[in-house]
Amino acid sequence: MSDTPVKDKQGQYRRVAYYPGCALEGTGHAYNSSTKAVGKALGLELDEVKNWNCCGAMEVKNIDPKVQTYLSSRVMSIAANEMRADVVMAPCNGCYHNLKKAEHDLAHDQTSRDVVDRISRKAGHATYQPGQVETIHALDWIKHGLGEDGLKKRIRSSLKGLKVANYYGCMYTRPRHIFPEKDRGPGSESTSQPHFMDDLLEAAGAQNVEFPLKTACCGGAHTLSDSDTSTKLVLNILRAAEAAGADVIATECPTCHAGLEMHQVRAEKVLGEKTTVKMLYFTQLLGVALGLSPRKVGVHENVSDGLDLLRSKGLT
Amino acid sequence: MTSLAQIESELDRFAPQAESAAAAQRLVVLAEEVLQHWIVARGGSPTSETREGFRLLALHRQGAGGVPSFNACRESCREIAYHYNLIAAEPDSPLAPQRQRMMALLTKHLLLFVSGKMQVEGLGEFCCASRPLRIESQ
Repeated sequence: MSDTPVKDKQGQYRRVAYYPGCALEGTGHAYNSSTKAVGKALGLELDEVKNWNCCGAMEVKNIDPKVQTYLSSRVMSIAANEMRADVVMAPCNGCYHNLKKAEHDLAHDQTSRDVVDRISRKAGHATYQPGQVETIHALDWIKHGLGEDGLKKRIRSSLKGLKVANYYGCMYTRPRHIFPEKDRGPGSESTSQPHFMDDLLEAAGAQNVEFPLKTACCGGAHTLSDSDTSTKLVLNILRAAEAAGADVIATECPTCHAGLEMHQVRAEKVLGEKTTVKMLYFTQLLGVALGLSPRKVGVHENVSDGLDLLRSKGLT
Repeated sequence: MTSLAQIESELDRFAPQAESAAAAQRLVVLAEEVLQHWIVARGGSPTSETREGFRLLALHRQGAGGVPSFNACRESCREIAYHYNLIAAEPDSPLAPQRQRMMALLTKHLLLFVSGKMQVEGLGEFCCASRPLRIESQ
């Protein structure tokens, strides 16, 4: 599947099985609504995976990685065997990462296959076979499903004048071996210097700033156990974005986004360190560029108030 | 070896300097020392080898041995090396102060990441209040 030429992916990605994951029903609600709204505006269709479950996230993975593999495989099994889908799109980095990891484990580890088969039989559904579906991120979906040229044609309100730091977080590209389609030369995503979000927002008119912390750790994994370290890591990311001249940090993961927003507030309260850079999901920025109202893409739901920024740039 | 607290303090006080090449060199040394703390705390002996011309990258590779999640700071190390190269190639560029600033922020990020990892692994002394708990658990 990873060898599919980019041009052929336009057809494949036009209609995909959509796996929003738990975060997009909670803190990442605006990411969910903006992803759906942008898809509709671009003519890209989403069929939500029926009766989907948690991907296993960090919690299950830490207790029993094989159970996490099963949970992710069940989502892919429903998509493949009940919905007859070829492609599953997961906009959350955590879900995307876990489905890719499950795919890799099932393709390379007999024990994982045995465990998944045993639990799947007990649960009464078809066992997922590696290769039945291709898991992609929302960035792949728009980048390959439509492309920059197609996006440019649909822009109604250019993001011109908006300086953006694109923040991908750490799970979108790591570990490299579970993303065999990346680092394949022109047209593919890079694990060391990801650029799909940069490409899409540039096509929408934004000015991307040089942001060397685009894949840096935000401390999301120990937000609860060691909040101070998380706050300092986030503060450093925010400061770097401001030093790079960014008005806004574009995000593509609900966990990263929530972490940046919450720790921006905490940094000011606990450390007395104020930063003013805003955070918006890349789908919110694309939505505004496509002529959708900020409310339609959930800007009012963000903790970081991006509405004033959009107004100041003439984008509302 | 400079303590992590001293390195953090120096990074917090950092301001771009006219001698950009010397400032960049100092920041690379600080980043190397951060990684040395991690390696020493895990019972290793920091390598003096280089990788792609940087001891920093060799130290990162050594530090990541057996700890795949340590690769989450790989790009920070590579960005430090990249910015060092930019400054070394154009020390008098008008962009040199900005590049120094970014190097300092990257080094700070590396320090915070490594400090966090050391806390999670129970390595080093970070908080006197936690010491009794650690001693009790040993």
